[in-house]
Amino acid sequence: MRAIKAWKWTLPLAIFAVVVAFLYVGLSRDPREVPSPLIGKPAPQFSLAQLHEPAKTLGSADMKGRVWLLNVWASWCVSCRVEHPLLLELGKAKIVPIVGLNYKDKTPEGKAWLAEHGDPYTVSIVDADGRVGIDWGVYGVPETFVVDKQGVIRYKQIGPVTAEALERKILPLIRELERS
Amino acid sequence: MTVRRFVATLLLVASAASAQPATDLAFDQRIRKLEEQLRCLVCQNQTLADSGAGLADDLRREVRTLAMSGKSDDEIRAFLVARYGDFILYDPPVKPRTWLLWFGPFALLVAGGVIWMVIVRRRRDGGGDDSPSGLLGSDAKARARAWLDEEPPGV
Repeated sequence: MRAIKAWKWTLPLAIFAVVVAFLYVGLSRDPREVPSPLIGKPAPQFSLAQLHEPAKTLGSADMKGRVWLLNVWASWCVSCRVEHPLLLELGKAKIVPIVGLNYKDKTPEGKAWLAEHGDPYTVSIVDADGRVGIDWGVYGVPETFVVDKQGVIRYKQIGPVTAEALERKILPLIRELERS
Repeated sequence: MTVRRFVATLLLVASAASAQPATDLAFDQRIRKLEEQLRCLVCQNQTLADSGAGLADDLRREVRTLAMSGKSDDEIRAFLVARYGDFILYDPPVKPRTWLLWFGPFALLVAGGVIWMVIVRRRRDGGGDDSPSGLLGSDAKARARAWLDEEPPGV
């Protein structure tokens, strides 16, 4: 009967440990961050008019062979202002081309916003109705994608790019992708 | 005559007007049903049908467009899952990653049932020092038995 005595306290303890482990992992996750199924998949095809030169378009094919960032932004997006200084710095450093997807915005307002806050983008393209955004699985702005030379999405930042995300994930990933 | 013709015209117009929307109604119901199975990613606990978020508007429009181009419900769901992941479905698909989610509660139920049965069986057999009969030592039990078997005193 000694075995049962041992069970009596080890079993509840084991259950408690499992519950604690689940809660520890579960509660530390951000439920707003829905992992994208697009990571590791080819970036969606698109061809959109450029914000500053509407007669010109930019398509996914134009970016083949380069590591690049797609940053989804809008003039109405409040948290875009949070990441903007970092993007400006990144743009100035000319590490990678940053394509801005001006998402569900009005062109004059988008242009005015860039004029006011600075323009970190190599080029911005206009997704006025959000149709291309759907293909990229955009559900909140800002979002940032890292695309490799083969045109495969390698990383998605949901919400503003933080200094930590940039230093720990995005920049090392870009360096790694540039080498390959 | 003119009255009859007027009524006839009226009936004709009414039937023509109701014939077209009948198919539209079925289509609308199908879309509505589909939207109720899809999650709005912005306000997570609302369906696409209920949500007022901008993205929900866009996705509803997309669902409608896809349906009008002849896509089946499954194809439309697959289209959205490819972009937003399984999270967009209120009913997560059964696959190795979701086995715990789908079968975990039943596994717990079975485990609980087994433990319960073991305890019940042990108590019934009177064995084990955690059973009620085990609370008393064999000496105490014998004394209790003796008291119970005695004639009631002072009768």
